[in-house]
Amino acid sequence: MPSNYFFPDPEGQVPSSEGYFGAFGGKFIPEALVAAVDEVAVEYDKAKQDPEFARELDDLMVNYTGRPSALTEVPRFAGHAGGARVFLKREDLNHTGSHKINNVLGQALLTRRMGKTRVIAETGAGQHGVATATACALFGLDCTIYMGEIDTERQALNVARMRMLGAEVVAVKSGSRTLKDAINEAFRDWVANVDRTHYLFGTVAGPHPFPAMVRDFHRVIGVEARRQILERAGRLPDAAVACVGGGSNAIGLFHAFVPDEGVRLIGCEPAGHGIDTGEHAATLTAGEPGILHGSRSYVLQDEEGQITEPYSISAGLDYPGIGPEHAYLKDSGRGEYRAVTDDAAMRALRLLSRTEGIIPAIESAHALAGALDVGRELGPDGLIVVNLSGRGDKDMDTAARYFGLYDTDAEVAADAAATAEIEGDAK
Amino acid sequence: MSGNIELLTDTLAAAKAEGRAALIAYLPAGFPTVDGGIEAIKNVFDGGADVVEVGLPHSDPVLDGPVIQTADDIALRGGVRIADVMRTVREAHAATGKPVLVMTYWNPVDRYGVERFTAELAEAGGAGCILPDLPVQESALWREHADKHGLATVFVVAPSSKDARLAEITAAGSGFVYAASLMGVTGTRESVGAQAQDLVQRTRVTRAGLPVCVGLGVSDAVQAAEVATFADGVIVGSAFVKRILDAPDHASGLAAVRELAGDLAKGVRGQA
Repeated sequence: MPSNYFFPDPEGQVPSSEGYFGAFGGKFIPEALVAAVDEVAVEYDKAKQDPEFARELDDLMVNYTGRPSALTEVPRFAGHAGGARVFLKREDLNHTGSHKINNVLGQALLTRRMGKTRVIAETGAGQHGVATATACALFGLDCTIYMGEIDTERQALNVARMRMLGAEVVAVKSGSRTLKDAINEAFRDWVANVDRTHYLFGTVAGPHPFPAMVRDFHRVIGVEARRQILERAGRLPDAAVACVGGGSNAIGLFHAFVPDEGVRLIGCEPAGHGIDTGEHAATLTAGEPGILHGSRSYVLQDEEGQITEPYSISAGLDYPGIGPEHAYLKDSGRGEYRAVTDDAAMRALRLLSRTEGIIPAIESAHALAGALDVGRELGPDGLIVVNLSGRGDKDMDTAARYFGLYDTDAEVAADAAATAEIEGDAK
Repeated sequence: MSGNIELLTDTLAAAKAEGRAALIAYLPAGFPTVDGGIEAIKNVFDGGADVVEVGLPHSDPVLDGPVIQTADDIALRGGVRIADVMRTVREAHAATGKPVLVMTYWNPVDRYGVERFTAELAEAGGAGCILPDLPVQESALWREHADKHGLATVFVVAPSSKDARLAEITAAGSGFVYAASLMGVTGTRESVGAQAQDLVQRTRVTRAGLPVCVGLGVSDAVQAAEVATFADGVIVGSAFVKRILDAPDHASGLAAVRELAGDLAKGVRGQA
């Protein structure tokens, strides 16, 4: 029986046997990791052929994660998007609150098949870390999560969640103390402990086979969304919109639509304080081809190949790299990538909260801000699917500080003025 | 102008002819300053090192432990550039006549341009390069330019490398092979595992005549003497860097690395 939730090896779109998507991808890893990365590739190939693997994953997707996730039309929000119809793919409703659980459960099953007893992972916003800690609790695996020190502060709630689930959380103090540095530290751990440890990589970057494998575990997002939008709207959307940090939720949504040439695939990168300020993490907009964390893709770097420090208000998007398949989609013209500032994302976060009663993650709010622009460009006949990749509970401290929601009269008054501004926009 | 791969090969052969292992030291360029780093390398050669690897500091040194991370960080914050690395190679080689390699990650070389990098390194008198995150199957472009400019391509092998893989690596490499003594990142260790000896033997049988040198974790003369019983060279990095980090001033740092090189030079001669 074919799986309803696991869709590996889409026809004509797999990378080459060396893991290349056009000029991007590959396997730039230290010799000490070659055997371990090869083992992951071999075990994943075996799992793809094994109906028992799909059966186990399907069972988890339905009875643990709660798939399929809903597709919610948001007409009051869409009133601010030029009248286009907007549907949200509700990955925020998955167990643990984001799309990350899709990939984590697949790789946790793989970890068990490889006979490894310990899992390490990096996390930015904490969504991948929480999902990984969750799967490790479920499967009885030791779990260590690396997280940049800055991110442990701005996502303190998720640090507590991971510890509640039994994971060890290591605050990484090197470099920019964000996601990139957490990945560096996880690689150092992996090199030293590879015998019993699987590195449960959280995005569609890294060395082959991770970009293809993580994509496969997330393809369910787009496969479901495509079926749901055809049922609900009677046609394919004009655009599929998602935020991109490393790119996992975006590739998950986009992939099923790649053969549908009429569907624009639009990724929203973090422009931070603005591209021209230099304080951003818009890798495809402002980066150049290079090698970071095991594959060739676009990276933010100086003219001598030193990686530059990224910035975004969103911990999950604060990364100077991008998955190689996105680089390929960009260069081939199939994907479009635009940059969304902190301020635009935060406005979209508040707008969705107040028009639809859905508080999105700051990451996902970048996609919502992009969708507002795309909707205005498309006009009232437009039809857009946005991936709501995660929920915003974890971001309430950041949002409260940004909008002044804590208890002082002045801040509450300023917030009331801002509400009026939002309502004005709708007219 | 051709690079100094032959000088490297001859130096390792001369050590072997003396019935000892070669001493290979690592220090990053630009640490603590560009000129200070050049002085440190000259002192390491004066103390008895046969070969020096000059680190080209990288923002994301995923294979380095805290000691070399700290040194790279100091060098990068000091504004070290690839031109400074080339000057370090040039002056260290010119002052001593000894083989000098560069060790770095692949992205700086890729970004700078492989032809430009290899041409400049050869012109500076460099003997070759170690690129630990460039595995053999991705190395064709590098090797084409390194060969053209007379530079050695030193690959790293690890205890986890399978025999077939070792054969593939030694067939493509030149100068010597860097055998990682253990599974882990750079840094000093209490002991060098027995797996190092096994790895050296497994590597050696894949290609006669290509020296196998052991690095990672070696920090003192006793360890150097132990490794010298089964390897063609002993590579020491973090212990040198740590001497400079721990020194109260630059002059005592220079004296400390010179002294360590002297101790290790005795170690590789079995005089620990």
